[in-house]
Amino acid sequence: MLSLIIFLPLVGGIIILFTSKTNETLLKGIALGASLASFVLSLFMTALFKIGGGFQFLELGNWIPSLGIHYHLGVDGLSLPLIVLTALLSLLSVAYSWRIELRLKEYLFLFLLLETGMLGVFAALDFFLFYIFWEITLVPMYFLIGIWGGPRREYAAIKFFLYTLVGSLAMLLAILVMYFNAQPHTFNMLTLIEQQPLAAKPVLAALAFWGFFLSFAIKVPMWPFHTWLPDAHVEAPTAGSVILAGVLLKMGTYGFVRVSLPMLPEAFRIYAPAVAVLALLGIVYGALVAMAQTDLKKLVAYSSVNHMGYVMLGVASAAAAAGIPEKAVAAATALNGAVFEMVAHGVITGALFLIVGVLYDFRAHTRGVDEFGGLGARLPMYTGITMVAMLASLGLPGLMGFVAEFFIFVGSFGIFPYLTVVAVTGVIFTAAMFLWTIQRIFLGPFNERWAGLPDMDTREKISLVPLAVLMVIFGLYPRPLLDVINAAMTTLVAMVR
Amino acid sequence: MNLASLQADLWTVAPELWLLGVGLLTLLLDLVVPAGRKAAVGLTAVVGLVLALIPTSSMVLWQPRTVLFGTYAVDGFAVFLKIIAIVTTILVILSATDSMGRQTRFEGEFYALLVFTALGLMLMAASTDLILLALSIEYVSLTSYVLAGFLKGNPKSNEAGIKYFLFGATASAVMFYGFSLVYGLTGTTNLYQIAQRLSAAPVPALYLAVALMLAGFGFKISMVPFHQWTPDVYEGAPTPVAAFLSVGSKAAGFAALVRVLVVTLDPSRVNWVLLIAVLSAASMTLGNLLALPQRNIKRMLAYSSISHAGFLLIGVAAFRGDFGTPGVLVYLLGYTFTQLGAFFVATLIGSQLGTDEIPDYAGLARRAPVLALLMAVFMLSLTGLPPTSVFLGKFYVLAAAIDNGLLWLAVVGIINSVISLYYYAGVIRAMYIMPAASEAPLAEPAGLQVALGVTGLGTLIMGIYPQPLIDLARSAAVLLRL
Repeated sequence: MLSLIIFLPLVGGIIILFTSKTNETLLKGIALGASLASFVLSLFMTALFKIGGGFQFLELGNWIPSLGIHYHLGVDGLSLPLIVLTALLSLLSVAYSWRIELRLKEYLFLFLLLETGMLGVFAALDFFLFYIFWEITLVPMYFLIGIWGGPRREYAAIKFFLYTLVGSLAMLLAILVMYFNAQPHTFNMLTLIEQQPLAAKPVLAALAFWGFFLSFAIKVPMWPFHTWLPDAHVEAPTAGSVILAGVLLKMGTYGFVRVSLPMLPEAFRIYAPAVAVLALLGIVYGALVAMAQTDLKKLVAYSSVNHMGYVMLGVASAAAAAGIPEKAVAAATALNGAVFEMVAHGVITGALFLIVGVLYDFRAHTRGVDEFGGLGARLPMYTGITMVAMLASLGLPGLMGFVAEFFIFVGSFGIFPYLTVVAVTGVIFTAAMFLWTIQRIFLGPFNERWAGLPDMDTREKISLVPLAVLMVIFGLYPRPLLDVINAAMTTLVAMVR
Repeated sequence: MNLASLQADLWTVAPELWLLGVGLLTLLLDLVVPAGRKAAVGLTAVVGLVLALIPTSSMVLWQPRTVLFGTYAVDGFAVFLKIIAIVTTILVILSATDSMGRQTRFEGEFYALLVFTALGLMLMAASTDLILLALSIEYVSLTSYVLAGFLKGNPKSNEAGIKYFLFGATASAVMFYGFSLVYGLTGTTNLYQIAQRLSAAPVPALYLAVALMLAGFGFKISMVPFHQWTPDVYEGAPTPVAAFLSVGSKAAGFAALVRVLVVTLDPSRVNWVLLIAVLSAASMTLGNLLALPQRNIKRMLAYSSISHAGFLLIGVAAFRGDFGTPGVLVYLLGYTFTQLGAFFVATLIGSQLGTDEIPDYAGLARRAPVLALLMAVFMLSLTGLPPTSVFLGKFYVLAAAIDNGLLWLAVVGIINSVISLYYYAGVIRAMYIMPAASEAPLAEPAGLQVALGVTGLGTLIMGIYPQPLIDLARSAAVLLRL
């Protein structure tokens, strides 16, 4: 079933390649059908998922046996929410892209290829496979930014490609170091976690750790590797930004939790304070820079740097507590918060980019925060959803973002008390930034320039309402999602010990 | 040696003899086939070459041994490279049938020369005697000079031929001097006997001999600092010839290099690993940096081929263990498909649009979508992105480097991969992002389509399901060592 979820979009994409490019309705239908099928299957898988059952839906087949490479898939409480999130955001993005006219066929093909790559990253349990899926996500994103992006698209596209390639190649070396130190040589991630091949080799472990770190940190992106992000996010087409912020960034944090933490716990523990400080810099820097933006899309982009900083603070705290039994509860709490924040950020920021797109793509064609004013009275539906998303993003209790940040702070306070105190001040900046933005766009005197602006149409509602509903549901009742995550994180923390 | 065993030996060189026959037949056919139908000559050569694959590939699993008085190796390694040489020649002839006919009257001779060069490459791959090695290298060089300067009316082609000849003659002379030193030190020309006797030879003289020999091999594989001829020759030579040189000669050069280094010099006290590793890093870096500003696709591919030579040298330097030598073979085959494919696209654009400038590839995605898609795949493969053939090669040699403790070399390798993305993506950018100058679809000749199809499929299949090939390369990497 997992293979089906991963490869259905690709199959749809290949069918699209062989469909006439003039038949646009059919092309869109195939794309929507493929991503919908993948999403429905992922829900079905969630229904069958047993909480606390470790890795499930395992698929293991020989691929390149002479190198010990297998086709190995499986999901646990960490990857399941991310897979569902990916399938959901891809589906909504395809629905949102209904009005794309330029080179539609290529667009849809690349989008579906991207979806397959992302799903594969979260499901792969063999390092070689993981690497291939990881790299597959780069190419479509390069094209999506480069062809359908904004005015500076070429620069943003190649910058994104170069940055992330540096990271992934560093990861390749780290993977090979792991491979050659395992006895027998293997790419199996589960075996590598069990074996801890680098436990007795601190120098190699440090090298491997920094190799993985570079790759994941660029993807997250952590300060100071974040400079590709504002460019890529701002220039990418709306659906591309949604995927970029909603899913691709999670690949980095997922890597930290799936790879760095369980495979190199010793090295991660030693360097965790450094990672936490970088995370903290991301939190404060992201919030401050976001506050200074007048471009709404850039503002959301920098708020991602800020939010991913929270995630990394949680992960680094858990890493610092590795091997200390009395801190295991705090570590598990911080990790729960971090993983919950990954999902929450995916939902919220995905929604925020769609919100920017609604205003920019088909209505105002400008993103200047100061150019609006008083929209609240004219666009009630749009205003309502934006308020929910922004308040969720700033961590208002009762919405999804609050739950995540609360757990992160509670967990990391027990491990890095001083850093956490500073981090909490980041929340104030975030709140100030979003409230100020709401004020400038929706409140105040109405700017007559936008008198003719229509409210959201059905297609936009279809893309946005589900996300807003999710924010409220998981904000009020996070238990189902938290249970899934908690089971996996408790296992992980116990394993690291 | 009696007559019976000589007869048995002749069977082992059946593919070479067959190719000799095909070459002669091609020349004869050229006399009777009227102008305008010379493509038939090329197709005959292709059929002959395809048939040659049968006896060649049947030898893959033969027990390694030497034949013909110990001068010629029959081992998986040689067979693997012979297959690369034959496949390269087939594809290059297919790709040339359209464009060469319009550029020269001597089309038939062109095909015959390619077949003869293929024969030379096979000899290079299997020689285990310094004299035979010298002769086959010289043989390949001579036919290559003629091929590079084949378009007599084109001054750039003339320049390419002359330049190639001058550089090549010098490099060969230096290398032969190195050979003579080795002979002087050991009193034999047989590589296996040299290996046994080298331990008694004075080390400084050996270092000198190795350095001199590297000049010759380095020239063939376009290794820094013997690379200067590459861009000029690739640019001036007919595009199919450039494709052939960048793949065929390189593969045979690596065959000879690996055999001499691993079989003959490994047991001696010469520490050539560090030397090769440094040359590898230099080739990768210099080739890449010089490729960055290129606007001409052939010059760009020339510089990138220098950097790929550097990557291949990682596998040579890291030959110990299970990854080095198979890595070189896997890389060579993967690179063969991808590099040939890229050159074939350049051939097509060159003959249809009359330009080799990368900016003129603008809008190719609209004018020839399949062609552009293939070219994008080739460019991404050359960068080393999965799932493609060159990725597999890079994966293998990087693994070899780490297995051999050459982590620094692997780091240089990945930095270079990132640099190379910039100029390969430049081609993709032109094809997909820049607007087309005209919307007219491009004509695609049948021969080129076949060649492109094979290279495209080869690139992808090797990336997605490499298991059979890896097994083959592993068994082939068992070099005959006495």
